[in-house]
Amino acid sequence: MSIIIDQHTKVLIQGITGNEGAFHTRQMVEYGTDVVGGVTPGKGSQKFEGIPVFNTVKAAVDATGANASAIFVPPPFAADAILEAVEAGIEVVVCLTEGIPTIDMITVRHYMKGRKTILIGPNTPGIISPGKCKIGVMAGYIHKEGSIGIISRSGTLTYEVVDQLTKRGIGQSTCVGIGGDPVIGHKYVDLLEMFENDKDTDAIVIIGEIGGQAEEQAAEYFKEYMKKPVVAFIAGVTAPPGRRMGHAGAIVSGGVGDAATKIRTLEAAGITVVKNPAEIGQTVISVIRRCK
Amino acid sequence: MKIHEFQAKQLFNAYNIPTPKGQIATSTEEIPRAVEHAGAFPLVLKAQVHAGGRGKGGGIKIVNTVEEAIMVSSGLLGKTLVTPQTGEEGKPINHLLIEEVLHVAKELYLGITVDRIKTCVTVLASAEGGMEIEKIAAGTPEKLFIENIDPGIGLRPFQANRIFFSLGLDPALSRKMSGIILNLYRLFIDKDCSLAEINPLIVTKGGDIIALDAKINVDDNALYRHPDIASLRDLGQENPLEVEASRYNLNYIKLKGNVGCMVNGAGLAMATMDLIKYVGAAPANFLDVGGGATSQMVTEGLKILLSDTDVKVIFINIFGGILRCDTLAKGVVEAARQLEIKLPMVIRLEGTNVEPGRQIFAESGLSFTVANGMGDAAEKVAEALKRVNGE
Repeated sequence: MSIIIDQHTKVLIQGITGNEGAFHTRQMVEYGTDVVGGVTPGKGSQKFEGIPVFNTVKAAVDATGANASAIFVPPPFAADAILEAVEAGIEVVVCLTEGIPTIDMITVRHYMKGRKTILIGPNTPGIISPGKCKIGVMAGYIHKEGSIGIISRSGTLTYEVVDQLTKRGIGQSTCVGIGGDPVIGHKYVDLLEMFENDKDTDAIVIIGEIGGQAEEQAAEYFKEYMKKPVVAFIAGVTAPPGRRMGHAGAIVSGGVGDAATKIRTLEAAGITVVKNPAEIGQTVISVIRRCK
Repeated sequence: MKIHEFQAKQLFNAYNIPTPKGQIATSTEEIPRAVEHAGAFPLVLKAQVHAGGRGKGGGIKIVNTVEEAIMVSSGLLGKTLVTPQTGEEGKPINHLLIEEVLHVAKELYLGITVDRIKTCVTVLASAEGGMEIEKIAAGTPEKLFIENIDPGIGLRPFQANRIFFSLGLDPALSRKMSGIILNLYRLFIDKDCSLAEINPLIVTKGGDIIALDAKINVDDNALYRHPDIASLRDLGQENPLEVEASRYNLNYIKLKGNVGCMVNGAGLAMATMDLIKYVGAAPANFLDVGGGATSQMVTEGLKILLSDTDVKVIFINIFGGILRCDTLAKGVVEAARQLEIKLPMVIRLEGTNVEPGRQIFAESGLSFTVANGMGDAAEKVAEALKRVNGE
């Protein structure tokens, strides 16, 4: 099993005819993702390499039965694209776009309250259930089917961790990039709950970074509700305070969100925190062994 | 993006938030005229830099005559101000704000920011103005009033009223204060701020409420729809290498160590810095070339790395995804040829098109140390550094 997406997920690509959208649609199809349609306003009734294109998400859902959507739309229009997908009843929306204004995302999250849609991102590499479905821009071939769940705020650092695991023969159930922005959809806590309830996930890796308090929340949740082991890495021990380290969310301000505090909180909750990023894969293996 | 106090006060005035009477000067020649506009002595001279703690750094001075104003301004303008927040290199003072001195009866705090966990805009207020808000929050949280704003209806007058009454002020000030709170919120939303802060917001002996200081940070992601705000960017307040990097869409931050690193992706870049520290060295910078880097961006990134004279060893750590390893390799080889790089370079490549990438390095005839995995790379970086240091 896996969480959120699997071989039955039918995917729509919003922005399918743009550069990014087109390139990654091909990659997703090649990986085996069931891409059932695309949306580009004004290009309805055209086809993109055999995939039907629609003017609106609603029309695409009606025609294809899509239940997930990947958004490759430029930042000024991306928040609206999320709203359109949520309104059309899409169950899983993955927003890859980087650079959406924070206030727009606050509005999006407000609209989503009480609705069943799961939002992954924005500013995420996406989500992959290896061997079943990939919605995102990650290189598929570094993944392997297995029983480790991964939740990350980063892109390439996630690839690094996946690679360390796969090269040691350890596969993944689902890898979720929750996104590097200050305001995002599903968070660590939501996903920890799903992984805890997923019978095919044995352990979870959290790849966090400085900024915000999401890792602290995860620590609290773990302590209260979880039985499965969790391994964590926090990037940014050496980051200077007050600076935006690439991700808009990665700013340490006024003593809130620094790596040392996060590491202390996670360890106090009983989570294994890896200090050396080269040893994440090895640590996961030893933690699983210890638990068995 | 940060803007200066005087720019923030101009925005305040456009939103009917009262500020002291003041005038800006950029040279000592402008002082006499600016002093005349600012009003009667004593006046206060405030150095305009993108950092807090200016008073402690000697950037805020009271003057009583024109001559004194000229003398003090010549000691500030064109100089560098070091405050507890600037780091030892300080920030250049190119603007002085000259303002009337007001008779303060009470100092308040008013700030608006985004609460990431509650995903809403939050108004913070305290009757203990003039202090750092972080200190109030940590030491006496009961003195900090927090009002969360529902995105569906925005800040409502009843909430502004509630904030006002939390401050224990004379009820006669209610209308003035609520107006300022509502106006600051309007400004925050209109201009996509990430922080709008008045500390202190003062009540004068005459019963006026005036923003003595002003701090506004704007969401970088929203600058595309605020050209007026984007034009306020003061490149002089930023590190020149960082400015150069931003021209090529590179994310560069200068640090204090001597291992120059170039990485794709912010998380991996931070982890690489941490790894360098873990093996006993120190990163010279954060440099994220991003997911979709071209070989030209890689070349420019390396140029910026090399223009930092602190750099003794270069460490390139790339996990190819969207950025293909061969694209990266071409950029690095091109830069190494152009710049005749003499420094040791450790390269770690993984991911999309890794084999063609490694081949480009092998066939370049240049000397690179190629590492296998992050652990191996870190050891090789540490070794290279030891050789450079003659150990």
